[in-house]
Parts: sequence; C-alpha cells; structure tokens
Amino acid sequence: MSSILVFAFLQVLPGDPARVALGINASEEAVAQLRTNFGLDRPLSTRYVEWMAGLARGDLGVSYLSQLPIRPLIVDRLGVTAWLVGAGMLVACIVALPLGVLAAVRHGRLSGIALAALSQVGVAVPAFLAGILLITVFAVRLHWFPAGGWSPPSSDPLAFARALVLPALSLGLVQGAVLTRYVRASVLDVLREDYLRTARAKGLLPLPALMRHGLRNASIPVVTVLALQLTTLLIGAVVVERVFVIPGLGSLLLDAVGSRDLLVVQNVVMVLVLAVLVVNALVEVCYLLIDPRMRIRVRRS
Amino acid sequence: MGSATTRPVALAVVALALAGCSAGSTAGSSPTGGAEPGEETLAVGMVAEPANLDFSTTDGAAIPQALLTNVYEGLVKVDASGSIVPGLAKSWTVSPDRRTYTFELVDNAKFVDGSPFTAEDAVFSIERVKNDWTTSLAGAMGVVASAQATSPTELTVTLARPSNDWLFRMTTRIGAMFSRTGVDSLATETVGTGPYTLDTWRRGDSLKLKRNPNYWGKAPYFDAVTLRYYKDPTALNNALLTGSIDVVSTVQAPESLAQFTQDDRFAVIEGTTNGEVVLSFNHAKAPFNDLLVRQAARAAIDNENLMATCWAGRGQLIGSMVPPTDPWYEDLTGVAPYDPAKAKTLLSKAGTPNPAVRLRLPTLPYATSCGQVVKNDLEKAGFRVTLDQLEFPAAWITQVLRGGDYDASIIAHVEARDLPTLYGNPKYYLHYNNTKVQEAIAAADVGDEATQVAKMKEAARLISEDAASDWLFLLPNLMVADKDITGLPKNSLSESFDLTGLARS
Repeated sequence: MSSILVFAFLQVLPGDPARVALGINASEEAVAQLRTNFGLDRPLSTRYVEWMAGLARGDLGVSYLSQLPIRPLIVDRLGVTAWLVGAGMLVACIVALPLGVLAAVRHGRLSGIALAALSQVGVAVPAFLAGILLITVFAVRLHWFPAGGWSPPSSDPLAFARALVLPALSLGLVQGAVLTRYVRASVLDVLREDYLRTARAKGLLPLPALMRHGLRNASIPVVTVLALQLTTLLIGAVVVERVFVIPGLGSLLLDAVGSRDLLVVQNVVMVLVLAVLVVNALVEVCYLLIDPRMRIRVRRS
Repeated sequence: MGSATTRPVALAVVALALAGCSAGSTAGSSPTGGAEPGEETLAVGMVAEPANLDFSTTDGAAIPQALLTNVYEGLVKVDASGSIVPGLAKSWTVSPDRRTYTFELVDNAKFVDGSPFTAEDAVFSIERVKNDWTTSLAGAMGVVASAQATSPTELTVTLARPSNDWLFRMTTRIGAMFSRTGVDSLATETVGTGPYTLDTWRRGDSLKLKRNPNYWGKAPYFDAVTLRYYKDPTALNNALLTGSIDVVSTVQAPESLAQFTQDDRFAVIEGTTNGEVVLSFNHAKAPFNDLLVRQAARAAIDNENLMATCWAGRGQLIGSMVPPTDPWYEDLTGVAPYDPAKAKTLLSKAGTPNPAVRLRLPTLPYATSCGQVVKNDLEKAGFRVTLDQLEFPAAWITQVLRGGDYDASIIAHVEARDLPTLYGNPKYYLHYNNTKVQEAIAAADVGDEATQVAKMKEAARLISEDAASDWLFLLPNLMVADKDITGLPKNSLSESFDLTGLARS
C-alpha cells in the first residue's frame, strides 16, 4: 500500500531524472538516450511491478545517478543512522527519566517548576540548532570533539565514539526535553492514584512507593511516546546528519531527492516505512512485558 | 497485514544487527584524517561529491574536479593563466589548413597498472568519446574525422573542419587518456597516468587518493590526499577551524570569510573563475525581445553595489561573457554603465514604461541573494517584477531551461569559453538569435590564433552592445588553507582541482 503511494508521489515530482543527471548543457538526444537507459520511457505500471518484484527478491535495483547497486548503499547507511538514532534515544532516556520523575515529585515546588520550564525551552529548540550550538562550543572553541564526520565502529572505536557524541547529544537533548514532559505528566497521574496513597499509608516513603508501585503503571504511556519519538528521531536524523556531515540514511535521502535519483528515494522511504513497522511491533512486545494484564487479554482474544 | 509483515520485520532486524558493526565502513572514515606515521598527507574540503567515478557516462563537475589532472591526464591542459600547455603531449603542430593536428607524446608515461601509454591509447580514448560516452560534453569530439597512431609516440588527428575550440576542449575531461585495458569498471575503479590514483572511496564522505608508483613525471609532494565532501557551508568552515581538513576548496558564503581573515592560522586565496553570473533574458517573448527594454534593464542595475551586497564585494565586474583569463578578454563594463535616469528614458522610448517581468530564480545562494537586489534596481526604473524560486536543479531545469517559462533568471554559467553555447545557439534557453554574433563565433573557430582573438572580441562586444544579458559579476575563486600550504591554484580555470603542485612549507 505504502509502496504505491511512495511510487505515485515520486512520479508527480517535477523534474526529469535524466535531465537533472545531464545538467544544463545537455542536448535533447542525450536526454532521450539516458531516459531509455534508465528505463524511464516504459509505462509506469511496468516500472512499479518491476520495482516490487525486485523488492520481494531483495534486489533494490541500480541508482540512476551513480549506476551502482542500491542495496549495499542503503544497508551501510542504515547502520550509520541506526547508531545515531540509538545513541540519541539513549541520551533522551538518560535525561528524561530522572528529570521527569523529579519534576513530578517536586511539582508545585520551585525546583519542579524550574525543571518543567526548562523542558519547555528544550522542546522549542530544533535539533539542528542544538547541533550548531554544540559544534560552536565543543568543537570549534574547546576542540573536545570533532565538528563532524564519521568513523566506522569496527575500524577505530575511539574515533567512532568521539564522532558520535555531539550528534547524539543534539538529537537526544531535544527529544529528552519532550520526553521529560511526558514522564512528568504520567508520573503525576500515577501519584494521584489510590494504590499509591495506600502504599504511602502502609508507611513507604514517597520515592520508594513510586518506584515499587508507580513506575510500571507510569511507563505504559511513556513507552508509547518513546515509539513515536523513535520515528521522529529518524526524521530528525536527516537534518542532524547534514549538520554533522554524517553519511547516514537521511543525507542519502536528501541527496537522492535533490538529484531526482528516484529509485534510491523510493527504496529509502520503504526502508523507513519498514523501520516504523518494526518499532511499532517492538512496542506491542514491550506492552506485554510491562503489563501482565495485556498478556491475559491477548490470550483470551 | 499481520503475518505478511513478520518476515520482512525479522529480516530488517537481522540486517540492522549486521549493518551495525561495520556501519559506514564504505561511507565513513576517521574525522582526523588517519595519517600513517611518517606520511605527508593532506585533507581538502570540497562541496559536491562525485556520484560515481566515471565521467564518460555521468555528468557534473564533481568527478573531473577530483580526478582530472590528478588521476587522468590529457594530451594538453590549461595553466594558471588560461593558456593551453603540454600534458601527455610534449608538443603539437597544426597543418596550414588547420585541420590536422600532430601530437608528439611523452615516451615514458605509464598507466597505474603498469602498461605503457602510447598513441594507440590516445586513439582509443578519442574514439571512445565519439562512440561510447553518453554525456553531452562528448559532442565536442564530433568534429574529429579520424585519429591515427602514426608511431607509438605520434598521434595525428584530422578534423572535419578547422576548429580552435576542439584543442581547447581537449584540456577538459573529454581529453582524458584511458588505458585500452582499463575501462571495464570505471564507475568504481580508475586507471590513469596521473600522479595520483584511487585509494579508497567512502561514499557520502570522502575520496582518498594515493601516489601512483608508476607516475612518469615529478612525484607530488603529498603521499596521500583525502578529498572530504561537505554539503553544508558551515560544516565545511568548521572542519577547517577544528583541523579536520587543511584546505577549503570553495568558500560558498563569502561573508563567512571574516572568521578566517582574522585568524593568523589561515590564509585566504582569491582569484578568478570561469563562472559568469548571468542575468538571462528570454529573447523569445516580450518584454525582453525589445532591445530598448534590455538596455533599460542593464542601465537600471548597479552591478558594483549588487556585488557588494550579495557577494560581499568579492568577484569581478565583466560587462560581457568573457572572464579576464581568456585571451580575448577586454574590459566591457563601460558599454552599459549604471544610469537609472537613462533606464527610465529607454523604457518610455520603448513605449512600455512599466513592463512586467517574471524573474524566476534557481535555489542557489548567489541567485537568491542577488535576485532581491536585481528586483529592487529594476523596480526603481519602472519594471514590475514578480520573483519566485525554483528548486535547483530539477524544477529550474524543467521550467526555465527546458520549458522557457520565464522572462529573466539568474544563473552562473561555469563552463570555460561558453560564449558560443549561450549566444551562438538560438535553441538554447536564452533564444538569442543574432546572425552577426553567430558569424563571428564561426569565424573565430576556423581562423588562426590572431583571427580567433579578434573575432571573439567582436562577438563579446556585439552581445554586450545588444544587451543580450546582463553579466552581474564573475564568481571569485575563494579558498582558505592552513598558512603553510603552498601551490594552491589561484585561479580556478580548468575542470580539475589540481593537487599536483601542493606542498607544505
């Protein structure tokens, strides 16, 4: 279904891939020849069926622009983006979970209000701006980390880690701010529940009571938001990859759209669609792990 | 949908896990350059990355910028002053009828795979351009009637008609010499005679060149050179500021130069290019099919102020389609000086005091910033200007270049000696049709050197007086490098970023 949408949208995009590939001095004959080489002169339906048949076989075809196979390219770039998004998510969780809980427990007090306000500021800052600020301070001024670039983890783990820090922070801090607000809200909800009052009545201190009885309940909405954010992070990575010059899926997608390398665009978008499906499937699994009541419901149905 | 997605989901998870560990191994590298101890290396920051390594089938400036002169050499090349000088040909003679060129080739050149470079390879390369190249630039080889190896070191090329332009085009990518046995996988491998050869190509990140052990000439200073690609101008500048690279090959935003001029670690190099920023007029329709309206537009635009406003005053005013490094350059900025009063008079003389103009700009930095200034200047003279932006390249090519759906546009034409392309061909998007100009161009191509210079001067003056376009300014060649880097080409005149003369003092 999504493949039809992706395919159709790209066909209505203005700009002929052959003409873009040949530049501004191209002759008509050369463009026509290249259209034939690309297979663009064949009917849409044929091209769609071919693409889908290739997808089923795991053959993503050959890039218009580079004339090289697409699959190794995407697999490699996907790995880069996966590291980036994973690290960003980790930063977001490390920031959001303690701060969100703290903001909820301290709500009404000055520190709680300050934390809530701070997270609001974080929400308003786009990831690319955070990236530029981080580069200016930690790379250009302090020289602690490189201003950009990428190093494969297998070849030089230290360089890899150093290159990952700033992009992961710029993705993660912003998402962390968003997440903090959800953690705070859901912990606040839980704090008002009767069972927590009962736990306090048994003599448990506020924090242990929350840890023991509240966290599991508070985590369900947070996991849902996490999944949504993971997909947002994939999109955010497009911009952050450009700012930090990281050869990931996002920069591949941007370049391919610009040069109208439609086959690459189609396949990258399908990979992103697949990634979203995977994330959603994982979230379902997480629900079952967190909340035993759902397991029973699943068994009954 | 449930069970149908399970398998792809599982596959994707496995693929991710596998990709994780080597993530970016074909597309990444140490941000610090990763020099081996005892090796002199250089990292150069570039903008556009090659789509692949084969400029015989793929267009764009990025591939020859990296590979021409450095990896592939031609028989002849362009030096820093714009003259044609020997490359793989030691010398050449032109027959009295100007149709036969005899090249004497160097006898000690070898391809990186060890095979010698001979006249047979030259014949092979020239015929390959005619028969197998798919890019439009290859059309310049169409004038060749035959190419023969008259001895292993002598090549005789016969043209169908005399053409000075052909020899010049041999300095560009179409003159690159390939090995008869080394053209099977040009998209990912290179077999050239140049001082460098491909080491590793990390797509999306960098291209690393290493010394060619078989190079016939003087070995270059650097053992290895890494070309790193940065789409984002700020990222490129930051890479130099943080020491990830040693040279910024093109400063994309001249206003950002201040951070380097104030820093004594760096030197700014400024020269000229072949990139004329052209305010193009659509001659096929009103209002710019009228000479008076075109002259009014030229008189209305204050080029000096425009260059100061939109390109930080860097660049050169030219007044016609000729950069100062071409042999037929003369200063034509006096042909249409800034004169807003005259612009108004010309418009009322044309009978259209307020012509409507659709100025359609590509989304390129110089075009969007200069577009506003052009709009203001034109409106002061009475033009009514509507401005819109078209995504470059795709949308701009479709609508302006191909569709002719515009009155005026702004674009830099960066190809060398491209006056004939724009003003000699009425089918090009300007639709400029002036038989006097066409005759001058044709006479320049067939004549001897003196005639060529005289006739090209004539053509340049004709188009300027005819206000065929307004030439806003010539893009500067702006580079920034570590202070100790020497040998950077001041002017950017060829298609290659010539690494051969670079050294560290």
